Amino acid sequence: MKVSYRVNGVTVEADGVWPGASLLTVLRDHMDLPGSKNACEQGECGSCSVLLDGELVCACLVQAGQADGLDVRTVEGLAGDGATETDVGDVQQAFLDAGAVQCGFCTPGLVVAVDHLLARNPDPSDAELREELSGNLCRCTGYVKIIDAVHLAAARRRATAGAGAAGGSGG
Amino acid sequence: MDFLQPTSLDDALALRAERLDATPIAGGTDLMVDINFDRARPAATLDLTRVPELRELEVDADGAWVGAGVPYLRILEALGDVAPGLCMAARTVGSPQIRARGTLGGNLGTASPAGDTLPALAACEATVEVASATRPRREIAVRDFIVRPRRSALEPDELIVRVRVPRARGPQQFGKVGQRNAMVISVASFGLAFDLDARAVGTGIGSAGPTILGAPAAEAWVAEAFGDHDLWATRAALPDGVAKRFGELVGEAASPIDDVRGTARYRRHALSVLAARALAWAWADARRAEDAA
Ligand SMILES: Cc1cc2nc3c(=O)[nH]c(=O)nc-3n(C[C@H](O)[C@H](O)[C@H](O)COP(=O)(O)OP(=O)(O)OC[C@H]3O[C@@H](n4cnc5c(N)ncnc54)[C@H](O)[C@@H]3O)c2cc1C
Ligand code: FES
Ligand code: FES
Repeated sequence: MKVSYRVNGVTVEADGVWPGASLLTVLRDHMDLPGSKNACEQGECGSCSVLLDGELVCACLVQAGQADGLDVRTVEGLAGDGATETDVGDVQQAFLDAGAVQCGFCTPGLVVAVDHLLARNPDPSDAELREELSGNLCRCTGYVKIIDAVHLAAARRRATAGAGAAGGSGG
Repeated sequence: MDFLQPTSLDDALALRAERLDATPIAGGTDLMVDINFDRARPAATLDLTRVPELRELEVDADGAWVGAGVPYLRILEALGDVAPGLCMAARTVGSPQIRARGTLGGNLGTASPAGDTLPALAACEATVEVASATRPRREIAVRDFIVRPRRSALEPDELIVRVRVPRARGPQQFGKVGQRNAMVISVASFGLAFDLDARAVGTGIGSAGPTILGAPAAEAWVAEAFGDHDLWATRAALPDGVAKRFGELVGEAASPIDDVRGTARYRRHALSVLAARALAWAWADARRAEDAA
């Protein structure tokens, strides 16, 4: 079947998609967007997290056609529409600065989830962010540095917003 | 595999009748896992996410109609006062990603006795409205909706349209025991709903039998015990032993099995503890509400 999504601000089509395929498979295998990771395909790990019409979802659990015509925001678009491969958004930069990336497999899903969280809650407590990120598993870091990174990103975003400039990125 | 995407309930029901070999899909949080792992290969899927009637959520004086396709996230935003027990259960489902997509229709449609919203819905006597293309709509009590694991009371040409959730008439509680705090399939779960007007307590037991169970003996005993101690009128503190005995009776109503997630003995014990706590906490809420009034 044929599907068309608006991915990171650009309309992208894919043909020859098996109807049983997931949004994740279409992004990775048909649209050349391998940033969202496939680790479990059962909604447990969150490494495939994307925003679908602004909601944080596991792309592995959305059937390809269900997303037809909808907006998808992936890790590739976190630095804003039209970002290049080397551009990073503020959440990604905070992960780098806080040392919150080890093997990096969980990172794409986590930064999308954190971006979404900070868009709704600019100053989350530890308890709130642990709850909000409970669908994103990391096998390497033990989460301490990830939580540091969220607070760092949040503080920088608040400072930027306070300074009157545009805060955040894609979320 | 065919992909069918109706945009109205009439079309969805017509397609459901025409394609009995199709499997409906809402949030996909159960079905897509099966497709991804090659455990399900339906000849077609019938996508319900574009059917507006299934995504309606209406609150009225006596309760709420929750469309089968309303995701947990919206239930949590809208029904805190109307259906606190359902919201407690919905809050424990999966993760934020799962709650953004997963629906009540899907929880019912999967027909697992471990579906977390089902004991909460059973405790407050919620009913499921189902429709077909040709026959009048019918209502099924949540307690009767699961016939056996993976088998619901739905006919092959029917869809779940919405769930009627009566407005809470007293405090409600929901508890589940799992292997860790987040993202668990419950090993035992329990919903409780006080009806302070009718002077009654409703119960729903999950994961401890082949279907969703009630505990009628426990319900009858506790209503009488509250009467004997004049608690309904006085809102006095729970006398010693009432919560414990209630828990034991709930445990006796279960018919759990041994499986990888827990033994039958453990499940019954866990259920007794959950039920005793639920009663104590809900009654404490009732007394607090009385103090505040
Ligand atoms: C990581 C993870 C964690 C989870 N945690 C929990 C948990 O804690 N507690 C819990 O209870 N569940 C949990 N689940 C299971 C699942 O999220 C829920 O059962 C959810 O409610 C399913 O809803 P859905 O819309 O995604 O269903 P879908 O997968 O779309 O559908 C499920 C079934 O219901 C049928 N169906 C859906 N809508 C209708 C309708 N309107 N009429 C007729 N049939 C219909 C479908 O045909 C299918 O058979 C979890 C799942 C995952 C992946
Ligand atoms: S790959 Fe989707 S949640 Fe793990
Ligand atoms: S950095 Fe390796 S899984 Fe998180």
